[in-house]
Amino acid sequence: MKRAIIAAFAAIIMGSGAYADTIKIGVVGPFSGPFALQGKNFKAGIDAYMAMNGTTIGDDTVEIIYRDLPAADPAQSKALAQELVVKEKVQYLAGFYFTPDAMAVTPILKQANVPLVVMNAATSAIVTKSPLVVRTSFTTWQTSTPIAKVAHDAGVAKVISIVSDYGPGIDAENAFKAGFEKEGGAVVEAIRMPLSTNDFSPIMQRIKDSGAQGVFAFLPSGPTTLGFVKAYNENGLKAAGIKFFAPGDLTQESDLPALGDAALGIQTTFHYAVSHDSPENKAFVDAASKAIGNPAELSFPSVGAFDGMNVIYKMIEATDGEQDAQKAVDAVKGLSWISPRGPVSIDPESRHITQNIYLREVTKADDGSYYNKEIQTFEKQGDPGLAAIK
Amino acid sequence: MQTVFSIAIDAFAYGMVLFVISIGLSVTMGLMRVVNLAHGAFAMIGGYIASYAAQDLGLGYAAAVLLAVFGTVIISIPIERLLYRRIYGAPELTQVLMTIGITFCIIGIANYVFGPTLKTIPLPPLLQGSADLGFRSIAVHRLFAIICGLAVAGGLWYAIEKTAFGVKLRASVDNASMAAALGVRTEIIYAVSFAVAVGLAAFGGVLGAELLPVEPYYALRYMVTFLVVVSVGGAGSIPGALLACLVLGGIDTTGRYLMPEFGEFFFYLAVIAIICVFPRGLAGRAR
Repeated sequence: MKRAIIAAFAAIIMGSGAYADTIKIGVVGPFSGPFALQGKNFKAGIDAYMAMNGTTIGDDTVEIIYRDLPAADPAQSKALAQELVVKEKVQYLAGFYFTPDAMAVTPILKQANVPLVVMNAATSAIVTKSPLVVRTSFTTWQTSTPIAKVAHDAGVAKVISIVSDYGPGIDAENAFKAGFEKEGGAVVEAIRMPLSTNDFSPIMQRIKDSGAQGVFAFLPSGPTTLGFVKAYNENGLKAAGIKFFAPGDLTQESDLPALGDAALGIQTTFHYAVSHDSPENKAFVDAASKAIGNPAELSFPSVGAFDGMNVIYKMIEATDGEQDAQKAVDAVKGLSWISPRGPVSIDPESRHITQNIYLREVTKADDGSYYNKEIQTFEKQGDPGLAAIK
Repeated sequence: MQTVFSIAIDAFAYGMVLFVISIGLSVTMGLMRVVNLAHGAFAMIGGYIASYAAQDLGLGYAAAVLLAVFGTVIISIPIERLLYRRIYGAPELTQVLMTIGITFCIIGIANYVFGPTLKTIPLPPLLQGSADLGFRSIAVHRLFAIICGLAVAGGLWYAIEKTAFGVKLRASVDNASMAAALGVRTEIIYAVSFAVAVGLAAFGGVLGAELLPVEPYYALRYMVTFLVVVSVGGAGSIPGALLACLVLGGIDTTGRYLMPEFGEFFFYLAVIAIICVFPRGLAGRAR
């Protein structure tokens, strides 16, 4: 009897808490392990947003609950999301660095009445898995398609494509091939190499033998990128005039000090460069550098997280702090704002972010550091990958 | 024909880099009978010290290499005294658990101290750029790695097979109590061999940094490759390790050139085939 009374009281207290609530947001990302740097960037973006926009919306206080998922692990991802929803009673799920992790969470969204804001995972199909998914990062298709035009405009007719043999690599290969063939170029050979490749000399020999005028490459950022770019220089490909095209994952800012001179002149297309020249970005970089501690570690996942928080804040405003996932998602469809990366909007159809894609070249600054210098803008790019999977 | 030469050169260079990094592990596993999974961690410490010395202290490459080798040995002395000495002669499972624990500790510390980003060791102008071999160009630091690998192989073979220390070492390994009864200070022999193995790991870590860049997860990322080289070559055998590196380097490079889509299929197929025919490795001794 006593227990029933307590339960009844508890229900009343919880039910009447519509005003001055604490709204919890569960963020899942790699905060330890080999990808900890990307998780750190999530946190830096979120901290920067909350430092600039405050932690309260109306009467409600926003609280972030982080959960660590060191490597791609769909089962664990789902378990963490369930725990966040059931135990922590989060109203929003966000983060997710790897595609399989985000995919694993989509089936529980409807029942949990929770929207998912993807802050990184870059495979086109995620947004089609549930109507409650919104993405504020990019897709590999979105960033790899414009480089095909760049290659063609540079007078290159034959390209060899070299990608790491995993989901995003295959996406990049398909995106480039589709874009480049549309421009009238030819992909003479498409090679998929295993993720664990350390020595790229044989690949470079293969590129030489293929007779291609340019190479399109996609590798996950980190140690392999360094080996690949160095091999490209050392095996005389750069000297032989074979041009190098890639999406911006290869020259992410935190890898540039290590790549150094080897990366100079490499052209990549991407949605965000830390060096982007705008007042919004300057304010963001200041705040995010403070949050991350070491400004050299700042990289693209931070801006996905920053804009993800913007979307969530708008959702909380629109629903007045009530838990209504569909209403929250509907409220941000078509939402447009000026992000640190430039003007962006949420496409009402796909719930993916429409944004400018920039062509950048790795350049040495006056103080001897390296940065991605934006030299051309492809405005308002949607996600061509969605059309391709339909 | 040109392509064949090209692949052969690449295979040779890759094999020698593998050899320099793995040979220290062959010494600990074959001669000291310790399954040292922390070998990669020591190589990583060497890489970090060299990177720190060259980039932050502004030392030259040679000084950075020496500092890396001796610095790593000095760091390893308390670890050997306090931890490894307890597991000499212990069952393999105990050794594996202990050394993998050490590896995780070192990863955590490296991540905390140096951060998760890649570290490079700037090469001196002499080793930068590429050399023209007539039919193709090859990076000069790879030639340097080949020379260092040959030097290390020759030096180790001489030390183990031809010197008094080598005799004592082999005696201590074969029968520690008998060697001790004959007046061999086995503790010192073990300590010195361990230091040499760690020093070689550090040297390999620095030398191979162009191919296997230094970052906190280095210690785990390449562990399988090191273990494969040692088990295929036969633990403790210098010529065996050398042969294994050249064979595996050759198969890996050729496979990667001809059929990159198959990935490491040929590499592991070769490993399985060799281990089936030579269960103790190419030049392993029967226990």
